[in-house]
Amino acid sequence: MIIATLAFYMFSAVAVVAGLMVVLSRNPVHAVLWLILTFFSAAGLFVILGAEFVAMLLVIVYVGAVAVLFLFVVMMLDVDFTELKSGMSKYVRIGSLIGLVILVEILIATSAWVVADSAPDMRAAITPALEDTQNTEAIGQILYTQYVYLFQASGLILLVAMIGAIVLTMSHRKDVKRQDIVAQIYRDADKAVEMIDVKPGQGL
Amino acid sequence: MEFMTDVFGFYFGTFLVILGQSLLVIVLVLVALAFLMYADRKIWAAVQMRKGPNMVGVFGLLQSFADFIKYIVKEVVVPAGADKPVFFLAPMVTFILAVVAWAVIPFNDGWVVSNLNVGILYLFAIGSLEVYGVIMGGWASNSKYPFLGSLRSAAQMISYEVSIGFIIVGVLISTGSLNLSAIVNAQAGYGALSWYWLPHLPMVVLFFVSALAETNRPPFDLPEAEAELVAGYQVEYSATPFLLFMIGELMAVVLMSALLTILFFGGWLSPVSWLPDGIWWFILKVLFWFFMFAMAKALVPRYRYDQLMRLGWKVFLPMSLGWVVFVASAAQFEWFGGFYVRWAVGG
Repeated sequence: MIIATLAFYMFSAVAVVAGLMVVLSRNPVHAVLWLILTFFSAAGLFVILGAEFVAMLLVIVYVGAVAVLFLFVVMMLDVDFTELKSGMSKYVRIGSLIGLVILVEILIATSAWVVADSAPDMRAAITPALEDTQNTEAIGQILYTQYVYLFQASGLILLVAMIGAIVLTMSHRKDVKRQDIVAQIYRDADKAVEMIDVKPGQGL
Repeated sequence: MEFMTDVFGFYFGTFLVILGQSLLVIVLVLVALAFLMYADRKIWAAVQMRKGPNMVGVFGLLQSFADFIKYIVKEVVVPAGADKPVFFLAPMVTFILAVVAWAVIPFNDGWVVSNLNVGILYLFAIGSLEVYGVIMGGWASNSKYPFLGSLRSAAQMISYEVSIGFIIVGVLISTGSLNLSAIVNAQAGYGALSWYWLPHLPMVVLFFVSALAETNRPPFDLPEAEAELVAGYQVEYSATPFLLFMIGELMAVVLMSALLTILFFGGWLSPVSWLPDGIWWFILKVLFWFFMFAMAKALVPRYRYDQLMRLGWKVFLPMSLGWVVFVASAAQFEWFGGFYVRWAVGG
């Protein structure tokens, strides 16, 4: 257990420090890189909990896809670092005020939190026994077998959101030349090249 | 005191064993890589009717080691406007990720450093992180060509990861497990005919092509297209950092060969039932796929970038997605009598 405890403190310390650096670093690209380190530490914490499937998903989805897109966008920003530095003191007061309000709200909410008596039983009822299932299987059972309709419904909502985003951003410009791949593939020498016997001195 | 005995008594032995195994795998893979790099160049040369490396050692066998020493002793040049920490982090990330992926590769029955239950997800996660080395390297160089190269590769690697993911899902449905050893064991039976290449035949081709794109190999080496981008994200790199990039990339290629072997060609299993299974089969199959990678590099002209994107999103993605639906139906309704579903054997 002692190794697990040590690892827990290591991962949580790294997560907290990296999280702080996300906010504190001047360069937005560095901020995204620190964010990636935070995700990694969170994945490590999941592994210690024995939830290796969730840990891998966190790495694949957030680090491997979402953060790449973040980085992609942030890298192309034209950032003026001197302006960023001078603006820091202006926003410190209002920023810390907002932070304080959120902290107080969280404290009030968590202090009033009472866990219902039936909650652990309800959670235990849908969780397969740890001894005879891996957590990948357990998640699969719950997500794709027990709550398959809810899962499908959330999928439909995501589909609607996706179609909405595509419809909003798609503009089909008529004046742009487009590649017709099929026409390119089916073009061959017979249609493209012509043999002409040119008489000397006459040209075409 | 109790703490000390806990850590250094009980765990120390296990720790030493794991450390030894990891070192063994790393050293063997790196030494093999030196000769694979030589083989890559020799194959390429043979296709173009050149001699290839032939001066250092017998038949030039020690060429990679000579190159290694050259890279180590050369001067490391850092561009003036470069972001130094990220500039040096990028090649290290590429190299480290390429090395740690080997932790879950089963070389033989039970010969694996870490027999993870989510082994294939781990490999997929590591593979999806490899894009960071390229992006970071391109951005930190603070130069136009590397930046363009890194943007290209970010889009390219993410696009092809999607179809690789779906191809893997098909194999997982057939096996009923995410463990790599279980995937190999599920392919045992009638020799080569019961390996997954037969039920998943179209996906073998798709996986191979996607692997070429994922590892930035020709004909999809657009991030470093020397005709347009000089050498893409590697332009500003020299000496050891460049060496780390190169080793990382080549190791990713070998890893993809190993993955092809494990997913579709039965890992360490013998192709005929009257010969014993063993690590030599694994090595032979990996070498064969590495040869295919080298041949693809030598034979195929480079794709245009819009063709690459079209192939990834409009051809490979629908095909692999449709294949997942087909395999899932075949597994659920037991079409072809257990050809597609081998949960009893593997999982």
